[in-house]
Order: sequence, then structure tokens, then C-alpha cells
Amino acid sequence: MTKFEYAPAPESRSVVDIAPSYGLFIDGEFTEAADGKVFKTVSPASEEVLSEVAQAGAEDVDRAVQAARKAFEKWSALPGAERAKYLFRIARIIQERSRELAVLETLDNGKPIKETRDADLPLVAAHFFYYAGWADKLDHAGFGRRTTEGHSGANPRPLGVAGQVIPWNFPLLMLAWKIAPALATGNTVVLKPAETTPLSALFFADICRQAGLPKGVVNILPGYGDAGAALVEHGGVNKVAFTGSTAVGKAIARQVAGTRKKLTLELGGKGANIVFDDAPIDQAVEGIVTGIFFNQGQVCCAGSRLLVQESIQDELLDALKRRLSTLRLGDPLDKNTDIGAINSAEQLARIKALAETGEAEGAERWSPACELPSSGYWFAPTLFTNVTQAHTIARDEIFGPVLSVLTFRTPDEAVAKANNSQYGLSAGIWTEKGSRILAVANKLRAGVVWANTFNKFDPTSPFGGYKESGFGREGGRHGLEAYLDV
Amino acid sequence: MPTSPKLSAPLEQGGAPTTPAFADVTASDSTLRRFLHGLPGVDAVGLEARAASLGTRSIKTTAKAYAIDLAISMIDLTTLEGADTPGKVRALAAKAVHPDPTDRTTPRTAAVCVYPDMVATAKAALAGTDVKVASVATAFPAGRAALDVKLADTRDAVAAGADEIDMVIDRGAFLAGDYLKVYEEIRAVKEASGAARLKVIFETGELSTYDNIRRASWLGMIAGADFIKTSTGKVSVNATPANTLLMLEAVRDFRAQTGVQVGVKPAGGIRTTKDAIKFLVLVNETVGEDWLDNHWFRFGASSLLNDLLMQRQKLATGRYSGPDYVTVD
Amino acid sequence: MSDRLSVLKTYKLYVGGKFPRSESGRVYEVTDSKGKWLANAPLSSRKDARDAVVAARKAFGGWSGATAYNRGQILYRVAEMLEGRKDQFVREVADAEGLSRAKAAVVVEAAIDRWVWYAGWTDKIAQVVGGANPVAGPFFNLSTPEPTGVVAIVAPRESSFLGLVSVVAPVIATGNTAVVIASEKAPLPALSLGEVLATSDLPGGVVNVLSGKAAEIAAPLAAHQDVNAIDLTGADQELARELEIAAADNLKRVLRPQAVDGEDFTADPGTHRLTAFLETKTVWHPTGSLGASGSAY
Repeated sequence: MTKFEYAPAPESRSVVDIAPSYGLFIDGEFTEAADGKVFKTVSPASEEVLSEVAQAGAEDVDRAVQAARKAFEKWSALPGAERAKYLFRIARIIQERSRELAVLETLDNGKPIKETRDADLPLVAAHFFYYAGWADKLDHAGFGRRTTEGHSGANPRPLGVAGQVIPWNFPLLMLAWKIAPALATGNTVVLKPAETTPLSALFFADICRQAGLPKGVVNILPGYGDAGAALVEHGGVNKVAFTGSTAVGKAIARQVAGTRKKLTLELGGKGANIVFDDAPIDQAVEGIVTGIFFNQGQVCCAGSRLLVQESIQDELLDALKRRLSTLRLGDPLDKNTDIGAINSAEQLARIKALAETGEAEGAERWSPACELPSSGYWFAPTLFTNVTQAHTIARDEIFGPVLSVLTFRTPDEAVAKANNSQYGLSAGIWTEKGSRILAVANKLRAGVVWANTFNKFDPTSPFGGYKESGFGREGGRHGLEAYLDV
Repeated sequence: MPTSPKLSAPLEQGGAPTTPAFADVTASDSTLRRFLHGLPGVDAVGLEARAASLGTRSIKTTAKAYAIDLAISMIDLTTLEGADTPGKVRALAAKAVHPDPTDRTTPRTAAVCVYPDMVATAKAALAGTDVKVASVATAFPAGRAALDVKLADTRDAVAAGADEIDMVIDRGAFLAGDYLKVYEEIRAVKEASGAARLKVIFETGELSTYDNIRRASWLGMIAGADFIKTSTGKVSVNATPANTLLMLEAVRDFRAQTGVQVGVKPAGGIRTTKDAIKFLVLVNETVGEDWLDNHWFRFGASSLLNDLLMQRQKLATGRYSGPDYVTVD
Repeated sequence: MSDRLSVLKTYKLYVGGKFPRSESGRVYEVTDSKGKWLANAPLSSRKDARDAVVAARKAFGGWSGATAYNRGQILYRVAEMLEGRKDQFVREVADAEGLSRAKAAVVVEAAIDRWVWYAGWTDKIAQVVGGANPVAGPFFNLSTPEPTGVVAIVAPRESSFLGLVSVVAPVIATGNTAVVIASEKAPLPALSLGEVLATSDLPGGVVNVLSGKAAEIAAPLAAHQDVNAIDLTGADQELARELEIAAADNLKRVLRPQAVDGEDFTADPGTHRLTAFLETKTVWHPTGSLGASGSAY
């Protein structure tokens, strides 16, 4: 018992009303799956069943794509300013309902309410607000006039139906990243949320209804990988956008090969967070914590490899361990919780297995004293030292609250090690020296480089990977390209 | 966490002069400058983000009750006006001893903080209690006077019975880079303070940058400060969560390096219970419970007390209180 | 129709977030297109113009320092608030411009949509007109647009509301603050817009609305050393020339009026009104070069 023990401060669950069952959202209506299949979605913090959700199959995918095709004609013909106003409405309704959605997301995903409230939801609303503004400004986006296929002079046009498959780590935010630019550019959408986190997407369907969005413009199909594959495969889909694992990303790339479908992939990562000896140490410690423990490390751009200059390793690790001891793990709905639950039993098993591999390969494991709840899926914040490039935990994406610490001697070595990865999504640089920031950033093969900060996102800022972290950018002016025939 | 020099001073509780340990550092203006400028930099955005993030902690029920009582016990109840009179000071002293006349279980404040010429009055009014008398000194608040005047000011306050001295550093000298002058002045005031505990005020609003605040913190601690204090309350930017967090990091690192624990006192601008609790969260999660005690953490405040009392009444009765139910002093 | 005597509105200036009468104490008669008296409007003096510049300057730091996202939210809020007071503006525009209710409604709706258009620009213009420059050396080099400062605007004479919105919104979208001289003969929609702006989370002083004789107010603004730019859209040729000469004294950025027959405010506004009041700032920073020996980073 410490002197200043924070009393429980749970966010009220009653702000969200979860129905016992949900359908698929196709052509503006909630419907059952054609084969009547359903699946349960549970709260990973307690394993309590939250709701039963219709499970989309190939037939439902077809129906949804047809609806989206039908809606495309009118939607893409609307003046951009009108599409903009629908998206502005959606942005505003999300802002209004953000507390409800934050609680819902925390229940279904297991992440702390502090994060859904202060990060996920504000970013979701901002993303819609941002792309709303582009809808009537596409001629100014700098993509020139379309000159392929003998057509010259036409302004950028939408692609058609976008088939979108999103992950469970930021369910509503990934939805926003996919749907907002798609609609702004005049495409219609069939989106499949992850099977462990379907609820916020279904609530979003309700928001589309409140906003008066025309039927069929947005279709939501909860389901498993088979539904995703059917969507990617469907001949009526013109554009595929996927965020998830590199393995699935590669499968999708093979699937769309030989078609005319435009593809963007946002996949895994093994981000290097490089700390130089002249770093602002206290802020670097915060950045390391944010980098790997934000959302329990279930972040594709997580700073999962800490590259610390050998000369300051000891003091940095002391400071880091001291800081980790103050992290509060527990009930995700408690406003003071820093570390929530792992999203699923399956993911937990994967994290555990990789951590065990780390130990088996001789890395030194450390976690702060930390009591894990008896039910639900939990993993204590974990740090591995004595890790080298040869260790599995320095190469494979763990997608959990596990940090691998490596050292370097010179900036060149730091860059070489940082780039020595199949991935290239994110990286961090901590130093007070400006030219070092820019020189190192120049050499890093990563889509996003954070200097003296980490895990910062903004709708205006393009995000996406190099190498096997995928291709295409989401966010900013660049994010429009994936949804335009340019 | 400065990388040099590495020290292994004996673990001490209670700010004691540490000159021997830092003899190399304070040998000359240039060694002192090299040391202070060798401290790790502060990234302003990151520091403020961390302070803001701790500010979102939700402190409820039992934790709130604990925090309110703790905050009351940490207040240096302050009056520093040209219009101060013995009557005003006695009223303040009475309030410090019995903050809430309707509830004798209310903790006392840590101290009453006055100008040197009011120390005797305060001392008499507080006789027989454990409430300390703190006195500002050294030509507070500007500190623009000759050293012997500042020392005389200090001795005056100590002679009148001050238990604690709140001195101001020479910000002009600091900003001009005369670190050794600032250091020597603090040393001299420390000596003149005798047994009184010395709080060193940086006037962080005038130092302006976080790097300066970190340097001033180390300078003050090396020179023997028992407390480092943000502000006089007389300029536009006083205590903020970010500058207090930075000073907490400094005392944390200083103890880790030297074994000497130094207190922290944010002052000025902390007016509500909500504010005060945010500062206590900063203490709790930055330096931990060793500092959760009025020997090591203080609030320089006046109107804060009534807000804490109203919140305390609310917790006890379930009703929101109002300004008619606390005393006006 | 009841016999109730209606309550008439006293139209006031909008300066620094407050609604003062003219410092001069003067008013002038505003009539509809057929000459029927509508209201008295404040006849602003040089001193009102001076006060408005002080207010605009004071607001500039906060407004230009606000995030582009925040400015976008506020401009969108203006559209939301206008939508709720559409009837009032339809009436005022119909009276001011001699339009039928239906035609006035089209104008007002276009004006509301124009706020939405510019709300979307706040956080996009930097990516359209700024960017990294590939200089031939070991330097990071980035150009970004920044607002010019305080912009004096001579609002269109004929288009009392759509024209007004079309000149004011782009100026503030990018972070400038504005002193607006409303249409001399039809100032009422502009003065009412001030009431909307005051309740749209827009900080006081970002937009300041003056009514009166355009030539009389514009001259001191064009000569004012603390005004950074002037939009002459509503000035006739002769006045525009005079003002441009005065503006040369401190090299104000000048947006000249369109050809004699004026500007079509119903057309796609493009970006020229945004870029007219932007400065481009280019930042150089060394990056050093790769190589083990002599590596600077």
C-alpha cells in the first residue's frame, strides 16, 4: 500500500448501450448473414461476451459490393461540396458521440479509456473533418490531369468500390483512415472490421444513418479472414486497402495480381527508436514508453527496438525501469489505467511465445512488479536487454508490450542496425543536435521518422511503410492518391 | 541525469552543504558553466506533454480526501503585500492553525509566509503550534540589492525567529551567465540563514527556458538549497505543472547522485483543489512518496486553502460548499 | 398578422469581439434597393478604423498560432451558426440587393457553403503551396506558408453577403486577422455577420467590421503602418489606385479589384484569395553527410 493510492475511477459503462446482437450493414440496412452465421465478440479485459454479431460470408460480400456499386453512380456524381458536407456531418456526430464511442472501443478492444478518449476518438473525428475538406478541392491536390488510356484532360476521378479490411488494434481509427479519404474522393466502400473488434464499426454504421448518408455508400461486414478474402477477390471491387499483418498483406498482393485493382497495404513493423548520448533523457524515456507501451504495443509502428548508444545504456535503462514501475495496468475503463488488456487470447499466446523465445535465445528479461488480473488477456510490460540483431525478438514483430534493447556505438552503426530489418514503417531519433536528426532521418529506410517524439499522428501527415511494411500512404494530401484514378 | 561528475557522497537527509562533493564544479565560472551546460537538454514539447498527461489522472473519493488533507498540510499560507499589517498577519496565522473553524480535524498548514518585518508578529501568533514561519528575504521579489543588504535582510528575518527563509536568486546574474555569482550568493544566504531551512526561488517565469530551469535547479542544490522554489508569485508566469515536473526530476536525479534530498515548492497561480491535486500526482509519479510530506513539498499559495476547505466540506457532507462557509482573511 | 409593433435592431460595429457604436457618434441611413429606410448604420470614423487595427493586431498572435485544425473547426462553426440564422440573412440580403426571397436564399446558402469550403482549406493550403525543396547540398530545406498579418478589406459594393464572405473567409482561414469595410450602401448583412462571428468561437478581433463611407475609412487603413495587406475588391478604380499608392508606403500586399464589372462570387473561388495574403518561409538546416570519417551527425 503506497501513501497516495488512487481510488478506482471507472468511466461509466452506461454511456454506451450495446445491443445483444448486431447484423451486417448493407445498403443502409442491418441484415442477418445469408447463411445465418453469427459470432461472439468479447471484452478482452474480462472475457465477458459483449454481443453476438452476424458473420459475413461470400454471399454477403457479393450483396454488399452490389450495393456499393449501385450507390457509386450517384455518390461519385455528387458535387464535391455535397460529399464534403456529409463527411463534415459524420465528423461532427463522432465528436458529439465520442464519449460513448470511447467506452465502446475500450470494452471491445481492451485498450485504456485514457487512450480511446484522448487519442483514438479525437483522431477519428479529425480525420473525417480533414478529408471532408478535400472532397471539393481535388482539382487542387496536385495530381494533375488524367492522361492514361488516351483520356486526357479529365480531372482526378474516383476508382469505384473500395474493399477495405482493417485490424483490431485501432478499430475505429483504422476505419476512419480508410473510409474518410474513400468517400471524399467519391468512392463507395465495403469494409470488414476485425473479428475481435466489430462493434465500433457497427456503431459507425448508425452514425452514417444519422448523417443521412445515401444507402450503399458505406457497407460494413463483420467477419473473419474468409470474408476479407472474398472481398479482396470480388470482381466488383476496384480498390483494395488493407491494414494488418505482412503475411496476409502478401497473400492479398498475390490475390489481386493480374487484376486492375489498385492496392494499398499498411503492414507490420519493427521500429527502431534510436537514443543518442545527447538526448533529452527524461523526454526520451517518455518517448520510449509511448513508443512501445501505447496500446499495449499492439501498434504496427511501435518503437519495439530500442537502440541506445552504449555510453548511456546504464543510466537510460535505470531511468526506464524506474518509469515502467509507475505504469498502472488494469481495468481499461479506469481513467488512471496506462496499460490495458491484450486484444485476444490468440494474440496473447503469440506474445508469450515470442517472449519465451527471447529468453531461450539468451536475452535478459525484466518486468516491473505487476499484478495481472485473474480473468481476461494480460501481459506485463516487458523489457529485454542483451539483445542483438541475431535474436528473434529483434527481428520479428511481437505486437505486444515487449521492448528489445540493443546498443550501438556510432551514428552509422545506429542507422545500419535500424535499417537491418525486413520492415520499414517507423523510427525514432533522440538527440539535441539538429543536423544529426536530419542526417539520420535521411538515411533511415522508414516511412515515418519521429525526432524527439514518438507515435504522433495527424490527419494531415502521410503514414505508411517502406519495404515489407507495405506501400501507399494514408493521411494528408498523399492519402488521396490511393483512391483516385491518377 | 548528468553524466559528470560521478559522485559518491554519503546519503544525507536534509539539505546539507555539499560543497566538498562539487568542489571541482564550483572551482571557477567556467567549470560551473561546463557542468550546468552539460546537463541533459529538456525538450519542451515532451516535458509539457508529460505534465499534461499526468494532469489527466482522476483522483476520486478516498484518494481525493487524502490529497486534500495532504495539500492543506503542505501550504505555505502567504501574504506578501505592501499593505500587510500585524492584524492581517495574525488573522493569517489563526487560519493556518485552524483552517476550518467548523472542523478541528482539518490539518494545519505547513507554514505562514511573510515579509521579514512581519516575522515577529507571525512567530508570536503561532507560538505553541508546529506551524512554521517562513520569511521571504534577499530583497524579495526582484532581488536587486547589494549582497550585504540581502544578507542583512536574511539575518533580520532569522533573528526575528523565522524557521525558513525564501530567498530569490539574482536572475540578472544568471541570465548574464555569472553562475558563480549566483552560486556564491546562495551559499552566503545559506550561511546567514543558520538553522533556518533555505528555499531558493528561481523566478522560473524570468528564466524563461526549461534548460535554464534545470540548470538553476542544479545550481541551487549544489549551493545547499533545502528547497527549490519556482516563483515569487509576482510575475505573470508562476508555478506550472511543467516547470514543477522539471524541478522534481532535478531533485530526483540530485538525490540519486548525491544522496541528498531537496524539497520542491511551486508557488503562485495554484488556486484550486484540482490544480493542487495535479501537482501532488506529479510528485507521486515522479519522485514518489518520499516527497509526499510537507517537509519535502510545499505549495506557496493563499486562495488555494479556501478552495481545498470547500472541497473538503463537500467530501464530508456530499453538498457543494460556498464561499460563505469558509473564512475570509 | 398581429398589430404588434416590432422591435427594431440597432446595428452596431463589430470590433475586438465587442459591438461598439461608432466613436464618432454618427450614423447614416441605410435603405433598400427602392429607397425605403431599413435602419441606421454606424458611420465609422478614422478612429474606429484605428481601433479596429489595434484589435486585429492583438488577435493576430493567438489566431495565427492556433492550429490549422482549430481554425477549420471554427470556420465550420460559423457555417453551422449561419445555417441556423438563415432566415434573417435571407431577409437582409433580399432587402439589400433587391432580390426575391428565393434568389436571396440561394445567395445565402452559397455564402454558408463558402465558409465550409474555406474551413476545409485551413489545414490543406500548406501542402498545396509549401513543400520540401531539393537543394543541391547537405541541407534540409522546407518552405511553408505563413499568414501576412493584419489585412484591411474593402468588401464588395454590390454582393453584400456572398461577396463579403468570399473576401473575409479566405483571409482568416490562413491565420490573418481582418478589418473589413462593409458595402457602403448595403452594410446590414455584414454587421449581422459580426453577431454570428461573435458566437462562433472566433476569438474577438480576428474579424472587425466597420460600416460607413468606404473612401473615408479605407484611406487611413491603406496608410496605416501596422496594416500588412489590403484587399481592394470593393474599391472603384480611382479609389483603388489611391489606396494602392498609400499602401506602397510600408509595402502592403495588395489584392487589386477585378475588371470593371466586378467579380462573379458564385463561381469556384479557387485559391488565389488564400495565397494573396500568405508569406512563404523557407527554412534551411544542415543535415551533414554520410561517411565514417568526418561524419557530422
